Amino acid sequence: LGLKMLSAQNFGESGKMKEYHYAGPTEHRFSPYAFNGGTVLAVAGEDFAIVASDTRLSEGYSIHSRDSPKCYKLTDTTVLGCSGFHGDCLTLTKIIDARLKMYKHSNNKTMTSGAIAAMLSTILYSRRFFPYYVYNIIGGLDEQGKGAVYSFDPVGSYQRDTYKAGGSASAMLQPLLDNQIGFKNMEGVEHVPLTKDKAVQLVKDVFVSAAERDVYTGDALRICIVTKEGIEEQNIPLRKD
Amino acid sequence: MALEDICNFKDKPTHKTFPFYASEDTSVSVFTEAFNFKWRGEMTSKKASDVPLEFHVPSLFKRPSSRASHSVSVRRPFPLSHGTTTLGFIFQGGVIAAADTRASAGGLVACPAVHKITPIHSHLVVTSSGSGADCMLWERILTREIRLYQLRHKRRLSISGTAKLLSLMLHPFKGTDVCVALTLCGWDKLIYVCSDGARLQGDIFSVGSGSPYAYGVLDRSLSWSLNKEEAILLAREAVFRATHRDAYSGNNVDLFHVTAEGWRQRQREDLKEEYYRDMEKRGKKMDN
Repeated sequence: LGLKMLSAQNFGESGKMKEYHYAGPTEHRFSPYAFNGGTVLAVAGEDFAIVASDTRLSEGYSIHSRDSPKCYKLTDTTVLGCSGFHGDCLTLTKIIDARLKMYKHSNNKTMTSGAIAAMLSTILYSRRFFPYYVYNIIGGLDEQGKGAVYSFDPVGSYQRDTYKAGGSASAMLQPLLDNQIGFKNMEGVEHVPLTKDKAVQLVKDVFVSAAERDVYTGDALRICIVTKEGIEEQNIPLRKD
Repeated sequence: MALEDICNFKDKPTHKTFPFYASEDTSVSVFTEAFNFKWRGEMTSKKASDVPLEFHVPSLFKRPSSRASHSVSVRRPFPLSHGTTTLGFIFQGGVIAAADTRASAGGLVACPAVHKITPIHSHLVVTSSGSGADCMLWERILTREIRLYQLRHKRRLSISGTAKLLSLMLHPFKGTDVCVALTLCGWDKLIYVCSDGARLQGDIFSVGSGSPYAYGVLDRSLSWSLNKEEAILLAREAVFRATHRDAYSGNNVDLFHVTAEGWRQRQREDLKEEYYRDMEKRGKKMDN
């Protein structure tokens, strides 16, 4: 986003830029936001949840880092994926960590995934008039041990889902997930429940596709698999161009 | 949270407002959100219309006398979810509330399965339209306030009272881009409350981008003497026609029926099947 502003006056009828033409003063306003790219994805299964993100941090035409994963481990049963503006992601995860510790100290138990989701909703809404530019997805296990995914919009509206993609390639990935996990837009197919290995393979394939077509997604893929045994992490390389 | 308020329990804050954001308005601070909902301005007296939520306001442009809601807001780089069809009407067998389930953000369907009708208590259901996050949170706040009233006064607040309370709570945000248009559906009353300040009682309301289409269907067939099945079919048909013509409404239809015994929810229904059934009924050839 940044400060580049090309007004329509700069272009002639043929679509080419006019030469030596002073288009007039354009106002450049400081924007407190930047878009750092990245895609996150979460899938909930019967007794597991997967949160995956790419690890590229970009801004405009540059890549700041190839190793900046967007999955943050909150508790032993919950992982948060956040993409968007990296500054807001960092602050938001710091605030969440502080609130988790406070809850642990005053209530003597760890926050459950559902409680974290409700808390995150109020944290995001408290900034309704100057939002955190972050697309959050929480993946984890609920109190019964079933997989749970909660997806948020930047101002705190949230919903429990089975699967969700967020971030720069979300519009490309979400229809693919709708088809493969939700069996949407297919007639006469058997709805097979998703196993953990099939889900992990699907997530890898889906990110490889995203890296092909989205410039802000690539470099490497970090997968966090949440089960009752704990959180397992995997790193898979993706396209670096 | 609610218990704390009933007992007037005052939690000693462990830290003062951080000097990160040096705004002279000390009642608006980032970290007091740590105590869930807190009354704005502990020093001032508690009024029923106080909003129990602290908001951080950007202090990029220093204005000497800017109060929270009316300062210039930062340009948002993303669209928020909007666009819907909700409706409610009253008939001899109670009140029907129906809504679609699509949440759109710009041109993208952010979520195809949202709950736009939420029960507040056993005899009150609210349909929401406008911005998704605003509606979700204001419904939560309203539920909390209603419950507190019930605990304090040992009786339930009436529907008109609920509507007035909601309207007063939304008033400080008039002029900002909070966009909330709720229809409170009680068992004998329908009241429409919106963040512009309107509070209207009526027999039939339809709200949202698909509402003109829904009104067309409802106005034709609605009458007081409908029986329950006819009323449900009418509401379903209205939402179906609206989702067919309005791009920002779609997916499924939720239906609630509120009577003096309470609310009952009908199973969520996918309108794609309804479309194909309708086409078959008309005998049109479907292109496969």
